[in-house]
Amino acid sequence: MILKSLFVFFALAFSATASLAEDLKLAVTTSFANSGLAEILLPAIAEDTGINVQLLIVGTGQALALGQAGDVDAVLVHARAAEEAFIAAGHATHRREIMYNDFVLIGPAPDPAGVASAPAAAAALELIALARAPFVSRGDESGTHLAEKALWAAAGIEPQGDWYRSVGQGMGAALNTASGMDAYILSDRASWLNFGNKGNLALLFSGDPAMFNQYAYLPVNPANHPHVRADLAATLEDWLTGDHARALIDGYLLSGEQLFHFNATPD
Amino acid sequence: MVAPILPMIMSQAVLRRGGHRILGPVTLTLEGRGITIVLGPNGAGKTSLLRAMHGLDRLRSGSVSWAVPTEAARKRQAFVFQTPILMRRSVRDCIAFPLTLAGHSRRDARQQASAMAERVGLAGHLDQPAQSLSGGERQKMAIARALVCAPQVLFLDEPCANLDGRSTAEIEAILLAAREGGTRIVMATHNVGQARRLADDVLFVHRGLLHESGPAAGFFSNPQTPEARAHLQGDLLS
Amino acid sequence: MGNIWQGLTEAARLVLHLDADLLEITARSLQVTLSATVIAALIGLPTGAWLAVSRFRARRVVVATMNALMGLPPVVVGLLVYMLFSRSGPLGVLGLLFTPAAMIIAQVIIIAPIMASISHQAIRELWADYHDLLISLNASRVQRIRALLWDGRRSLLTAALAGFGRAIGEVGAIMIVGGNIDHATRVLTTAIALETGKGNLALALGLGFVLIALAMAVNLALHFLTRTETSGRW
Repeated sequence: MILKSLFVFFALAFSATASLAEDLKLAVTTSFANSGLAEILLPAIAEDTGINVQLLIVGTGQALALGQAGDVDAVLVHARAAEEAFIAAGHATHRREIMYNDFVLIGPAPDPAGVASAPAAAAALELIALARAPFVSRGDESGTHLAEKALWAAAGIEPQGDWYRSVGQGMGAALNTASGMDAYILSDRASWLNFGNKGNLALLFSGDPAMFNQYAYLPVNPANHPHVRADLAATLEDWLTGDHARALIDGYLLSGEQLFHFNATPD
Repeated sequence: MVAPILPMIMSQAVLRRGGHRILGPVTLTLEGRGITIVLGPNGAGKTSLLRAMHGLDRLRSGSVSWAVPTEAARKRQAFVFQTPILMRRSVRDCIAFPLTLAGHSRRDARQQASAMAERVGLAGHLDQPAQSLSGGERQKMAIARALVCAPQVLFLDEPCANLDGRSTAEIEAILLAAREGGTRIVMATHNVGQARRLADDVLFVHRGLLHESGPAAGFFSNPQTPEARAHLQGDLLS
Repeated sequence: MGNIWQGLTEAARLVLHLDADLLEITARSLQVTLSATVIAALIGLPTGAWLAVSRFRARRVVVATMNALMGLPPVVVGLLVYMLFSRSGPLGVLGLLFTPAAMIIAQVIIIAPIMASISHQAIRELWADYHDLLISLNASRVQRIRALLWDGRRSLLTAALAGFGRAIGEVGAIMIVGGNIDHATRVLTTAIALETGKGNLALALGLGFVLIALAMAVNLALHFLTRTETSGRW
């Protein structure tokens, strides 16, 4: 009796590892996962190509590390400099731009720093620094954090002081923190729109081209890791840059707003 | 028929604990039939002598040898402790335990255990937890557990020390029956009356040393040492 | 208070609607943690018993190490298991990373020392009681351990449940080695972390209540089963 139930345990425990479908592991960033677009794309991918995409939702840094180790077959991230270094090191064969969305500046609705009327993103950050208004930074070397650092650099400010809170967490946790302390924060638009715990926060500033956020797809180099499903990764790349993907990406609305802009170029 | 494990020869046996000599040197031979009573006041070293014979405590010096190799001899002995060691099992399973260790099937062991429980008057308690038995019943259970493998030699360390008269009488009857069945019994007691009732031979122990050994009749009628004389008269020995 | 009430309502809604996703991740939570508990029990409980009845030179060191391992931070275990099973790691060829098997392995590493330590304590006391009897009966070391494990089974059940409790609520290690992949390695705790990240606090809390209820149900079920068993035996 005990042996029998043991057997059932082990059978259950390892059955999930022996799946028959064609699984492809794709590391994506939290901002992509939070957008909800994945729930639209994955079923369509499965239907069109038979590929069951398994998403690993991590920061850009960890996504690239997973690709480097060969633990995923491809990555979908948004940090151009890091991507290019990744390719230069030979971890991926190439990068393929798929789409972009944008970052938005979130803050307490009364807007004590007055960023809503700022002329540009850099100027908005400058106002926050001047007012020493609380600002939450991801602080995790994610794509969003890298974008934030680029904007501070553009403003010529090295943010420090007790108003600048680096939380070292994902987008959602950082938004929860900002909501809890009525702080300003840079977020991707999708995460913001899907975020359920807005509290006093509101979208205060957006639209500066400096805040555009380009997503790129990088298949892991099969020369380093013979086991990666380069064939499936190539199929997925074709699909992501194709017409069905364009229609789904451009047509994806959240709260009535278009989130992503398809900009892949054909081969 | 299994080879007899007696005689046992103990030679110059010494036990030490915490830097003190608690037994010996003791030299004696155990053979023949019947009940040998290890007699002596509390703290005389009776328990240590029994444990040394049975091999529970490692000798500091000296030796104990049996007619067959020690390991084989050990399987033909049993030991009943002053405070019964109760396993967290039913009475039946406690009594059956030595049989299962010896490789009997569970079914066979439980059957024999039931029969043995009946012999010692525990038939009505078979399915009770051992912990729920009274003091006298616990000791009877321990004796049944000791007898279930039909040992050639049975050691008992003050089995009746904390029991009322009725339980003591029942246990003495069980032991006399076992003696009739051919079990060689070595039992420690400080109770002179019990010694008189049961002994065929006596080992008189005092301060870790063997003062007298010999047939019971001679010992009780004519003790040779002043310590034995005093103990038989009921005097306190220091 | 409002949020907690919403969490309770959400939990009730999830359970009443028998939400398919909820059933799936609950089943996976149970599958992973029960497997880990069984494997860790098979390793940890006899190890604790063996340490209780053995006397060897390094025993103290081993016991101290085991007690120290009880406090292993799950995140570190997760990281180690990740590095072992990563394709670039020594066991990468097995392809176990981001599977329930890897999650089970991580949980076994986390809870086996706890079970070994608790069983060591319990069995050591029992061994002190049984020592003379088992020596007198010439029981072999295996027979001694078997008798002690069997008679100490209630304490061992407590040890196993302590391990189960720690594993079922664990998130740091299985997040790293499982990856929280939907329909593959997502379990209650990682789902709670995910929903918290999305700011869906009520849903996260609802899942949390489901998790607590699950842990309690398993505890009660095991206690009930063992009680009926013992009353039948005794």
